[in-house]
Amino acid sequence: MPNATQRRLAALAGALAALVALQACNTPPAPTDVWDPYEAQNRDTHAGNVAVDRALLRPAARAWGEGVPEPVRQGAVNFATNLQAPGDVVNDVLQGAGEDAVHNLFRFVINSTLGIGGLFDPASSFGLEHRDTDFGETLFVWGAPEGAYLELPLLGPSTERDAIGRVVDIVINPLSSIAPDVPVWVSPTGRVVQIVDTRDRLAVSIDGILYESADSYAQSRTIYLQNRRFELGDEAEDTYFDPYEDLYGE
Amino acid sequence: MANEISRRAVLGGLSALAVAAATPALSLTADAARELIMRAVADINAVINSGKSESAMYRDFEAIFRRYADVPTIAQSALGPDARSASRAQLAAFADAFTGYIARKYGKRFREFIGGQITVRSAQPVKSFLEVRATADLPGQAPFAVSFLVSDRSGRDLFFDLLIEGISLLKTERTEIGAMLDRRRGDVDQLIRDLRTAG
Repeated sequence: MPNATQRRLAALAGALAALVALQACNTPPAPTDVWDPYEAQNRDTHAGNVAVDRALLRPAARAWGEGVPEPVRQGAVNFATNLQAPGDVVNDVLQGAGEDAVHNLFRFVINSTLGIGGLFDPASSFGLEHRDTDFGETLFVWGAPEGAYLELPLLGPSTERDAIGRVVDIVINPLSSIAPDVPVWVSPTGRVVQIVDTRDRLAVSIDGILYESADSYAQSRTIYLQNRRFELGDEAEDTYFDPYEDLYGE
Repeated sequence: MANEISRRAVLGGLSALAVAAATPALSLTADAARELIMRAVADINAVINSGKSESAMYRDFEAIFRRYADVPTIAQSALGPDARSASRAQLAAFADAFTGYIARKYGKRFREFIGGQITVRSAQPVKSFLEVRATADLPGQAPFAVSFLVSDRSGRDLFFDLLIEGISLLKTERTEIGAMLDRRRGDVDQLIRDLRTAG
């Protein structure tokens, strides 16, 4: 039976092979705002995701927001975020972002100890604010193309590059090496808590996109892509839209 | 040594020329753009923390939008290619309905800022306009980025786009208005009627 490291390497090799395939085929002919060759399938997935949101996620988020006291919610989110800190450090290192790696490492050490296993976030009050990253960002830093737009079942808007990043993040999760005693279900549960909490905090905006817009698929697609490119600092030619060029025909 | 300095001066002069060439007829200065957005933000902050009713806040946001934004340009751009076939009266009616829609829709988002504060940071030229960067600080949340794009191409210093964490009002509304128009099979008059209550 292969050990954990071998399994990880195999999965990583698989993800890298997928990445090579991404480089080879899925590059848009010209830089465009939205590149969505899988639109028909994506729209099917979107319809399913909206149904899940309506039946499950939205009611759960409302119950979480209204039924659970704020300090408990904040503690749960802090705990879940802290679990991801080792993965953030690994990605910072892979990106060559030394300062961020040290920053996130100190955050993890402070919050795991003074913050009682991550329930509290004393690091932020020392000026070490949360600096999120992921393997999708690492791929961006390495020069991988964004690829086509994808809407993933349950996980929502993504791109080919970010979808590969999500898989790799799960595979390389260094938490199990640092803290082998933490049961395997803890990390995924933390993710669910973060999703439910975010759905509650951004309730007005997300309801607006999913239930009030004329085309919720097109809205979530443009909003995801704009926000993700901003987060990554992906300054494509068309970051800003200049309406005057359009109107005055320049 | 002297050589080094003069070379630097020449290079500096050249890059200044390049910047001047890249930004034709930009009479709007960073300070003026920053000052405009400082006033707009002061007005927004006052509304956010006024404790007024929802509908009163939307009226105030609409007034701010009309005062500081290039509403005709934003509206025409949101309408996209269909703006070309629309009549002057349709465009004016659309711009008017669109203003109320934006004030309600974004006013709803700004209501989430209650108890918070928007602070203007810096202004720098981009292409033929200026980007004024600000941060929104909300109690118990990480601060997030708000940007205003300012131009004087309308004849006055006005903002023509608002970006929250990189999400552009202009781009997002082009997509949304386009979808609304598709749903109404391109009927601009129907779109104008529906926009008066949407958002």
